[in-house]
Amino acid sequence: MVKVTIDDIEIEVEEGTTIMNAARMIGGDVVPPAMCYYSSLPGTGGKCRTCLVEIAAGSTKDPRPMPKLMVSCSTQVQDGMIVKNRTSEKVIENRGAVVEFLLINHPLDCPVCDQAGECDLQDLGFSHGKAGTRYEEERRTFDPIDIGENIKLHMNRCILCYRCVHVANQLTDQRVHGALHRGDHTEISTYIEKAVDNDFSGNMIDVCPVGALTDRTSRFKSRVWFLNPMNASCECTKCSGKAVVWMFGKQMYRVTTRQDKYGEVEVVDGKPEWICNECRFDKKDLSKWTIEGPRHIDRHSVISQGHYEKPNPLKNATKNIE
Amino acid sequence: MGRKLLLEHIDVPGIETFDVYRNHGGYKSVEKALKTMSPQEVVEEVQKSALKGRGGAGFPTGMKWSFLAKPEGVPRYLVCNADESEPGTFKDRYLMEKLPHLLIEGMITSSYALGANTSYIYIRGEYYFILEILEKAIDEAYAKGFLGKNILGSGYDLDLYVAPGGGAYICGEETALLESLEGKRGNPRMKPPFPAIKGLYGCPTVVNNVESIAAVVPIINIGADEYLKIGTEKSSGTKLISACGNLARPGVYEIELGLSVEEFIYGDDWCRGIANGKKIKALIPGGSSVPILPAHLITKTATGETRYMSYESLSDGGFASGSMLGSGGFIAFDEDQCIVRNTWNFARFYSHESCGQCSPCREGTAWMEKVLRRIENGEGNMRDIDLLADINKKIEGNTICPLGDAAAWPVAAAIRHFREEFEWHVTHPQDALKGNYGLLSMPSITL
Repeated sequence: MVKVTIDDIEIEVEEGTTIMNAARMIGGDVVPPAMCYYSSLPGTGGKCRTCLVEIAAGSTKDPRPMPKLMVSCSTQVQDGMIVKNRTSEKVIENRGAVVEFLLINHPLDCPVCDQAGECDLQDLGFSHGKAGTRYEEERRTFDPIDIGENIKLHMNRCILCYRCVHVANQLTDQRVHGALHRGDHTEISTYIEKAVDNDFSGNMIDVCPVGALTDRTSRFKSRVWFLNPMNASCECTKCSGKAVVWMFGKQMYRVTTRQDKYGEVEVVDGKPEWICNECRFDKKDLSKWTIEGPRHIDRHSVISQGHYEKPNPLKNATKNIE
Repeated sequence: MGRKLLLEHIDVPGIETFDVYRNHGGYKSVEKALKTMSPQEVVEEVQKSALKGRGGAGFPTGMKWSFLAKPEGVPRYLVCNADESEPGTFKDRYLMEKLPHLLIEGMITSSYALGANTSYIYIRGEYYFILEILEKAIDEAYAKGFLGKNILGSGYDLDLYVAPGGGAYICGEETALLESLEGKRGNPRMKPPFPAIKGLYGCPTVVNNVESIAAVVPIINIGADEYLKIGTEKSSGTKLISACGNLARPGVYEIELGLSVEEFIYGDDWCRGIANGKKIKALIPGGSSVPILPAHLITKTATGETRYMSYESLSDGGFASGSMLGSGGFIAFDEDQCIVRNTWNFARFYSHESCGQCSPCREGTAWMEKVLRRIENGEGNMRDIDLLADINKKIEGNTICPLGDAAAWPVAAAIRHFREEFEWHVTHPQDALKGNYGLLSMPSITL
């Protein structure tokens, strides 16, 4: 066990823990934001640079401060390390710069984007961004394409977190999409349109922090904050069958994985509960699901403003559905 | 002329063939190392020589070697970084083209020291013709028993391969190079783990520049003590400098470190001054990514001392009034050159070569390129200059690999030393379109 201090809060964690995970154990505002790191997908992280933190002391053995800001998602804690996140002006300044970088080529088409309301970039822009922009140049643009039967790719919105590439590498038997070109012209794409056709490829939509990958079966149907998310389960041979169904009255608009407060898929008994494409795209019928109760979404302020779950939620919800 | 250790026999006709090279003292270091020294002794000799990595960062080669993990039953690799793509740097090309056997000799000796039985030379795609030269030389070395099984009867085996890249600057970054060598997209890896612990195929790997590996040959031949006598106290040995730009006699020179910059630019043995009798305006001493030096800081440091071609003297004064020896890409600018255009050109290069993995570099380099293009084309504002200075501050140090820093430094230095010229481009947009700062008629280049 090693002791680490993050924003003046001391915590003891196992050796090999990253600063990010140590901060998540403390919870609350101490947790640095993450756009590319995804704990259930090994290998993610380090790319977006939003989780930069200042290390005021490396360890008890070597208490020198680190000259550069470090990414908390991939830097392991050392005994006696002192980390500054919110308490460091340098961090706040540079994180603001990263947000600016992420936004300069982002189309800011939130009014027509399906991700609006549950978008990590919106949250990040709200918490760390500036009201104005210094960017006067033309933004780089791509045409939206269908990378799979059910997945739409809006490359303009992509922040190149590579999470979807890791999903394809780790959950599907073959990855058919990836990054093409380089620099600010890098794009996530397939060589052949609609090539992504795999049982678990739909999880790409859930791991996408922005609206670059959206569900073609539910896009443009409704804003997310008008929908009521419900925990639901079904008998499925391919996946856990545990999902969140998004209802409008008795109509089911979409199905997603169950996500925790960091926007990551819930892990039960060490296994992330990904869902298969059949559950996600084809079972849009209440009769195929058992509703467990309302889903509490505490991360995205807009959705949680609904408060539909307040008075005896379970009873009311099931009654409505009956 | 100073002492030559690497390019001594470069003018001998047929030196690229095994026999001629061997007759001129070639492969002696292999014999000496394999027959009389243990691998550890070779490492210690290189460590003692204080050889600094010749690829740009100047990290001591011997120290890098000593970091190599040596777990049981796991192969180790030596990879030679021949992905020389920094604008203004072409020393490795010259060395490999003319003296392929010197590199191969260095590879054998170094691989022996590190205990690597398979080694690679990763060469940039544009150097395909050199790949053919190297492969021919490797075939000869195999035929003569210097590569393959049981080299010179010592029981040491080594296979050497040349692998071409696709022509990406980023693949000169050591972890991106390893990714590319493994057949993947050349994106730099997160560090730690460093290649010395987990490198090629997850095994301990040392990545060295061509010139560093070639320099091992004279170190073993003459011994570290003798090598230390060459150069300065902190920068030992000789260094290849690829001099280009507006010099009267550009080319690749081998200098003893510690030669004065003035002597190198104006000396008869070296570059013979600025071409066409013009005056020097600025100098980039170590490849496009190092800070540019204005005329008054070239031959003298800020404190008035003579500036020498050495790691410590060129970086005297930090980035405020110094630069870096870097890779030895020595670019001189005469009075007619436009610093804004040049900075834009470099920014364009870095924005094109950014791998697109981490946000500050991907977005920041492209942003800087666009702003610089506007300023150069007479569409800039005064606030753009401060904006540029701010962008490169936000890129520097926040990226996965040093490409972000390499892109930020030249812009920061150009603004630091030539701010007036940037301002002139803003206040005289029409003149800026027609020509350069205070100078006339530069044919406009269209993209």
